[in-house]
Amino acid sequence: MKQWEVVIGIETHVQLSTRAKIFSGSSTAFGAAPNLQANAVDIALPGVLPVLNRRAVECAIRFGLAVDGEIAAKSVFARKNYFYPDLPKGYQISQYELPVVRGGRLPVQVGEREKMIALTRAHLEEDAGKSLHEGLGQAAQGRSGIDLNRAGTPLLEIVTEPDMRSAAEAVAYARALHALVRWIGICDGNMQEGSFRCDANVSIRPAGETLFGTRREIKNLNSFRFLQQAIDYEVRWQIATIEDGGSIEQATVLFDADSGETRAMRSKEDAHDYRYFPDPDLLPLVIDRQWVAQARAELPELPAARRERLMADSGLSAYDASILTASLDLANYYEATVTAAGKENAKICANWVMVDLAARLHREDRDIGESPISAAQLGGLIARIADGTISTSMARKVFDELCSGGQASSADAIIASQGLQQISDSGALTALIDELLAANPGMVAEFRSGREKAFNALVGQVMKATRGQANPQRVSELLRQKLA
Amino acid sequence: MIEFSLAEIAQALASREISSVELTGLYLDRIARHNPQLNAFITVNAERSLAQARAADDRLARGDAQVLTGIPIAHKDIFCARDWLTTCGSKMLGNFVSPYDAAVISRFHEAGAVLLGKTNMDEFAMGSSTETSFYGPTANPWALDRVPGGSSGGSAAAVAARLAPAATGTDTGGSIRQPAALCNLSGMKPTYGVISRYGMIAFASSLDQAGPLARSAADCALLLNCMAGFDERDSTSLDRPREDFSRELTAAASSRPLAGLRIGLPEQFFGDGCSPEVMQLVEAAIAEYRNLGAETVAVSLPSMQLSVAAYYVIAPAEASSNLARFDGVRYGYRAPAYDDLTDMYCKSRAQGFGAEVKRRILIGTYVLSHGYYDAYYLQAQRIRRLIASDFAEAFRQCEVIIGPTSPSTAFRLGEKAADPVQMYLSDIYTIAVNLAGLPGISIPCGFAAGLPAGLQLIGNYFTEARLLNVAHRYQQATDWHLQCPAGHA
Repeated sequence: MKQWEVVIGIETHVQLSTRAKIFSGSSTAFGAAPNLQANAVDIALPGVLPVLNRRAVECAIRFGLAVDGEIAAKSVFARKNYFYPDLPKGYQISQYELPVVRGGRLPVQVGEREKMIALTRAHLEEDAGKSLHEGLGQAAQGRSGIDLNRAGTPLLEIVTEPDMRSAAEAVAYARALHALVRWIGICDGNMQEGSFRCDANVSIRPAGETLFGTRREIKNLNSFRFLQQAIDYEVRWQIATIEDGGSIEQATVLFDADSGETRAMRSKEDAHDYRYFPDPDLLPLVIDRQWVAQARAELPELPAARRERLMADSGLSAYDASILTASLDLANYYEATVTAAGKENAKICANWVMVDLAARLHREDRDIGESPISAAQLGGLIARIADGTISTSMARKVFDELCSGGQASSADAIIASQGLQQISDSGALTALIDELLAANPGMVAEFRSGREKAFNALVGQVMKATRGQANPQRVSELLRQKLA
Repeated sequence: MIEFSLAEIAQALASREISSVELTGLYLDRIARHNPQLNAFITVNAERSLAQARAADDRLARGDAQVLTGIPIAHKDIFCARDWLTTCGSKMLGNFVSPYDAAVISRFHEAGAVLLGKTNMDEFAMGSSTETSFYGPTANPWALDRVPGGSSGGSAAAVAARLAPAATGTDTGGSIRQPAALCNLSGMKPTYGVISRYGMIAFASSLDQAGPLARSAADCALLLNCMAGFDERDSTSLDRPREDFSRELTAAASSRPLAGLRIGLPEQFFGDGCSPEVMQLVEAAIAEYRNLGAETVAVSLPSMQLSVAAYYVIAPAEASSNLARFDGVRYGYRAPAYDDLTDMYCKSRAQGFGAEVKRRILIGTYVLSHGYYDAYYLQAQRIRRLIASDFAEAFRQCEVIIGPTSPSTAFRLGEKAADPVQMYLSDIYTIAVNLAGLPGISIPCGFAAGLPAGLQLIGNYFTEARLLNVAHRYQQATDWHLQCPAGHA
């Protein structure tokens, strides 16, 4: 059977976290009653004009810098003309020939491997409104509603080169991009609310072929799972189509999450002619060096740099470093934990954050920003494990107490008030062991007759007698001495 | 009173010789009497105008009046005015009561002027005769069977017939200057960006510019003082220091007030294409300028011959996009019956727009289409740059360019309505000025067979004050602009 190579390029619409819309002063907050956040400009009354929100431009500059792209000194807003009821002006203001960011690249972790995905461009544009076809009530039966609250919300459309070769790579790219835009604070990343939406251009070609196959574009994928499923289905469909002697027609397709299938929405023949031309209501967008320099100065340390630093400073593996830099909040939490626990305990901190804390957050469906235990609390706890004050099993109990006890408590306070310190003192333990050996001659005899199991039982007795506080290692040592 | 200049009216109001209510009432009466023949106004609302006049009288009484406080001004129906029907001459907006004020309207409100009514115009400002208005053509007060020019024909007819002391207009390819010429008025199109376009219904955004239509250059200067100024709501508005456009008009009169002025006469304005009777009047006006001390130099605008062609690519291109919002969805006309969404769009636009608007939407859609964009739109933009550089070159040799405003006097109603190209050519001398973004003014320069002709003065960017002064000196030496059409005195 023929080998097929999959070729994927992704266009992502990232909703920018500005308070006001891109060309009007109305709010971008999500969830208001329909059309309450649509002013004269948003509903395109006769005579109104757009005025560019500089905050949106700042977001674009931040992104361009974060992906090492070129920030265009001059870019141009263009009108993309088409009729649709939720497009009030009859055109969308976008950028066409001269986008604000050109080029750039994003390193992506695909399993253990890193791959660099090249970006073509990123451009600013306005979102359209929403057409509502259901939930309008009895009176509106058979009609559609228009909600223009979203109309004019700023978007950054980020376009890659056709660099991805599998659904896994596409998902890894989307995840990395999602992490980056949140990291640099330009997008809230809320995929349910549509803040981050991907279109995937998918084609296949025989392995070794250098020309691209005909692509189909899967529109509006708003979860990583759908992205994966849609591409998987699309690739299977394209291979089956060609192997059955058919050919791929260029088309725009939609993914149906219920059936798990893609289906064509429109073919190339009925593709719109958008009649792009420079918007005469807006001057070219000029970005001087000073503006770029200022944005650069305000940019946080980027995920890739942070990963490198964690690996160098804490001796973390590439994998651990990439998990801990999945978001800026997580990375900051981890580093604050290390600060509280002591740098020499970085590895234990990483394990606690990635395993115990992650499990708890997952169980409670919380984000790291809503962690029930602060980084300082967790670091304090880890310091007590590291210096032997408490055992790891005891530490889990303290951890649970800290999680339910509020931010005021500390590991030290819980350990002291509940007397949870580990008993490592030889004197106290020796007396206890002597007592036990005297009370259990049978077990001693068993051990002496060569049954190692009896030794473990004796250790267990000591632990039980100390309610788990005895340092198990120390108990073993002392028992061996006594029984020698 | 109806022959008073704006400054004289302001004086009369300030001295309580007349109240704003009386003055407004006087004009409302004249409108009631003459508008049925002229059709200069689409909307008049006496109650609302008089309420504004009362407020102006209070303000005059309080002593915080400005020059225009209490003076009734007619506004072209292209400017959105809160609670006023704002039709733009179209059936499409026949039900559109604006919920907001255009920047120009706000500025007149702040100055205390009275909104006297909304004037007739070519539909969406597309025309040179006011015949494309859905609300019927406007008649020229100088000859009722002739057009007043367009697209600001309603404003021009209203001021010429003394139904308003002054009016606003907009000029995309000559729509202030050409009706001024055909109605014996002074009308100015300022430098692009001087007056905010916010709330002015867009025809061709990169060319549209508002301006005054009045009986003298001095009146235009007072109106411009009110209208001009930076507006952050219009990204193409220019942030410049405030200017008094009347400042040069007060210089003492002398026998040679324009000594040292170099007037450029472009050969392209003086070739074929202009009717001999208009050309004779223009030549006489130039002779008068020489008497006033100016000297003339020959200049050339070689690319000007391409201006009409370039304009009829760029303006329709922008219009095809600007008018896409009139889709029957949110406001304006919606067809009463339709099958589905596409049918609703098609029928609403087919029924809501007139023939000339449809023609330009089709042309604009065509020239922006894939495969034609480079050949038409980009090419037209290149011509536009050539025209601008022609003017820049000419202004190295002269300060003001003079020529005819319109190649003919007012033509008969219906005469050119069936021939779009003939109609388009009536703007042959004005269009290049819009393409270059320059200021221009048309002033009366005499009569041919009882019909007024206009002289066009074009200046370099931001030379409005100078242009107004050059026009004003001519008006001090002549009385063409004081002539009033019979039956309207």
